[in-house]
Amino acid sequence: MKEVLRAAFVVARRDFTALIFSKAFIFFLIGPLFPVVVGVMAGGMGQRIAEDSLRPTVGVVLAAAETQALQRAHKSLAKQLGDRAIAQLMPYPAGSDPRALLANKDQKIIAVLSGSLERPVLTGKRGDVRSLKGDLSLLIGITRAGTALPDTRIATQIVADSSGSQQQGRLLTGQAAQVLLFMLTMFLAGMVLSNMVEEKTNKIIEILAAAIPVDAIFLGKLLAMLAMSFVGIAVWSTGAVVGYALLRGGAFPMPSPAVGWPMFLTLGVVYFATAYTLLGSLFIGIGAQASTVREVQTISMPITMSQVLVFFFASYTVNRMGEAPELIAAAFPFSSPFAMIARAAQSDALLPHLAAIVWQLLWVALIIRIGVRLFRRNVLKSGAGEKRRGLFSRLNVSFRRSRT
Amino acid sequence: MNGLSDPVPYAVEGHGLVKRFGDFCAVDGIDIAVPAGTIYGVLGPNGAGKTTLLRMLLGIIDPDAGRRSLLGASEPLKQARSIGYLPEERGLYPSMKAVDAIAFMGALRGLSLREGRQRGRELMEGHGLSDAADKPVRALSKGMAQTVQLLGTIVHRPRLIVLDEPFSGLDAINQEKLEALIRAQADDGVTILFSTHVIAHAERLCERIAIVAGGRIRFEGSVSDARSRLRPQVRLETRRSDGAWRTAFPADALRQNNIWTFDLPDSGVEPLLKALMDGDAGIESLSIERPGLHDAFVAIAGADAAKDMGPHTIGEDA
Repeated sequence: MKEVLRAAFVVARRDFTALIFSKAFIFFLIGPLFPVVVGVMAGGMGQRIAEDSLRPTVGVVLAAAETQALQRAHKSLAKQLGDRAIAQLMPYPAGSDPRALLANKDQKIIAVLSGSLERPVLTGKRGDVRSLKGDLSLLIGITRAGTALPDTRIATQIVADSSGSQQQGRLLTGQAAQVLLFMLTMFLAGMVLSNMVEEKTNKIIEILAAAIPVDAIFLGKLLAMLAMSFVGIAVWSTGAVVGYALLRGGAFPMPSPAVGWPMFLTLGVVYFATAYTLLGSLFIGIGAQASTVREVQTISMPITMSQVLVFFFASYTVNRMGEAPELIAAAFPFSSPFAMIARAAQSDALLPHLAAIVWQLLWVALIIRIGVRLFRRNVLKSGAGEKRRGLFSRLNVSFRRSRT
Repeated sequence: MNGLSDPVPYAVEGHGLVKRFGDFCAVDGIDIAVPAGTIYGVLGPNGAGKTTLLRMLLGIIDPDAGRRSLLGASEPLKQARSIGYLPEERGLYPSMKAVDAIAFMGALRGLSLREGRQRGRELMEGHGLSDAADKPVRALSKGMAQTVQLLGTIVHRPRLIVLDEPFSGLDAINQEKLEALIRAQADDGVTILFSTHVIAHAERLCERIAIVAGGRIRFEGSVSDARSRLRPQVRLETRRSDGAWRTAFPADALRQNNIWTFDLPDSGVEPLLKALMDGDAGIESLSIERPGLHDAFVAIAGADAAKDMGPHTIGEDA
C-alpha cells in the first residue's frame, strides 16, 4: 500500500506539474468566465424581454370614468403586491369591438375587459381568460369599493429568526450546495476521461506498467486532476468573492447551514473530493479502455447523462430528510456526496458524515480496482495468472480434477 | 557502480510460461533461466513471442499459465527498484525536459527526483548530450530521445536491465554506443536481458542466447554451443576434377565446377589434407570456416524463421 501511494504521488506530481505549467491551464482557469458573461448578458436581456413583452396586457373598453377608476385601483394594488404581480392595462375608446382588438396584429393585448364594472365581460382565449379572471375580479372589486375599502395598517414586530424561515433557508443552502457540487464535479471530472489516452498515445504506459502498479497510475492521475481542480476552484471562488464584494458589498446572504459554515465548507471540500474521485475513478477506468479521444467522447455521453439522473434523484430527496429516498440517495455511492452535503445543511449530526465519507472512499478504491483489472485484461491483454484466478474458476478446476 | 554479486544464481526464471491472445498462442510453454551477471539475448524473428515473453517476465502482463521469478521475487513489481526496462515502443512525455524525463523514470523506480536529476545530468554529459538536458523531449532527434530513454532505464542503477529490441531505429554509430553501454553495465555486474531480431548484436554481445520461434524456445545455451551444433564448413578448390582423393569427402559434398563445399568430417582436417596431397588433387585454395550464429539460427529455427531475421551486420537495421 505504501508503495502504491508513493508511486501514485510520483505520477500525480508529474501530471499536476504538466497541467499547471501548460498554456492550456490559463484557458481552463478563465473557462468559467465565459458562461458567467453569457449568463449575465442573457439574463439581462431575458429580464428586459420579460418586463417589456411577456407581461400580460389586458385591453380595457369601458366608460371613461370607469376606466380611470380602474387604473387608480390598479396603481394602488400594484403598489401593495408589486408591479409584476398583476396584468398591465391598456385603455381603448369606449365602444371598441373586443374581438376586433384581439384580432389586430398591432395590438399586444391578450384579453379585453368590456361591458361595465357592474357587469364586466372578459374576452380572450380560454387559457388567458382562466388565468386573468381572478386578478381582474379582485381589481374590479377594489375599484368598485373605492374609498369604502378600509386602509388597514399592520404593525410589525421583528424577530432575528424563525424556525420556518431557518428550515427554508437551510433547504435552500442544501440545494445550492448540491447544484454547485454537481456542476463542479461534472465540469471537472469529465476531463479525467481522456487522461489515459496521452499515456497510450505516447507509449508511456508500458514504462509505467513495468515500474509501478497500475492502481498507482490510476490513483496518481486522479489525484493530479483533483489537485488541479482545487487550484481552479480556489481561483474561481476567490474571484467570485472579490467580484461580489466589489459589486454588491457586504457578506454573502446565504442562510447558515445546520453544521455551521466552517464545518459545512470543510464537508463541501471533502464531498467534492469524494464525488470527484468517485466519478473520476469511473471515468478513468472507462476512459482507459478507449484508445482515441473520439472513443472517449463517444463513451462520455451516457456516463454524463447517468450522472445527471443521479443528481436529479439526490436533489429530489433534499426536503425528505430521514425518509427512504434520502437514505437510499445517501447510501448509493454516486449520489451519496450530493445527498450528504444537503444533509449537512439541514442536520447538525456529524457522525453520519464520517460513515458516508469512509463508505464513499471504499467505493473509490473498489471502482479503481475494477478499472485496473479491466485495463490489464482488455488493454494490456494480461492473462488470468495463477494467483488472480477467480474463486469460481478455481473451484471448477478442483471439481474437474476430482472427477478425473 | 553496482559491482554486485547477485544473491540469486538466476536473475530471471520462467517455467512453463503460456500466453494466448484469443486463439493465437504467442508463448507456448517457455522455460527460461538467465544467469545473474550475464548478457542474455532472446533471439527470434518478428512475431516469435519475444516481446510477450519479456512483458510476462516483467509482470506487465500475467501469463495464462506458468511461473516466473525476477531477482528471486515471484511478483516482479516487488523488485521494480532493481530493474530497468526499455520497451520496444519508445515513449516519453513530449513536453518534459530531457533531464526531467530521466529523473521521472528514476522516480518511478524509487529514486528521489533531486538525485534523479543530478544523475541524469551526469549520464547525459557522459553520453555527449549535456546541451540537450534542458530541452523538451519533442525538440530532440529520434536517436537522442532514444538515448534519453535508455539513460532513464539505468538512472536508478538497476541490477537487471531488460531491453526489448534496443537497437531498432538506431543508426550505426548509436548502435555501437549502445553496445558499449551494455558492455559497461555488464562489466559492473548488471544482468542484461535483451531481445533482438538482429543476429549480429546477439553474436557480439551475448554470453547466452535463447532462440525463440513460434512461441517456443528452440535453443538455449551459449553462442558457441549454438554454433557447435553445426560442423565447420570446408571450402576447397582443386585443379583436378576427379581422383581417389574424393573418397575423403562426405557423400553430401556440394560441387560447383572444381569448388567443393562440405561439412568437416568427424576425423578432422589432417586425414582430409593427407588424402588430397597423396591423390595429387592440386589444391588451389582451402578454407575451413566455423559457422556463424546466423547459420546456427537457420539450422535451429528453420529457414523460414531466418527470413524474418534482421541483417547480419551492425548498422543495417537502421
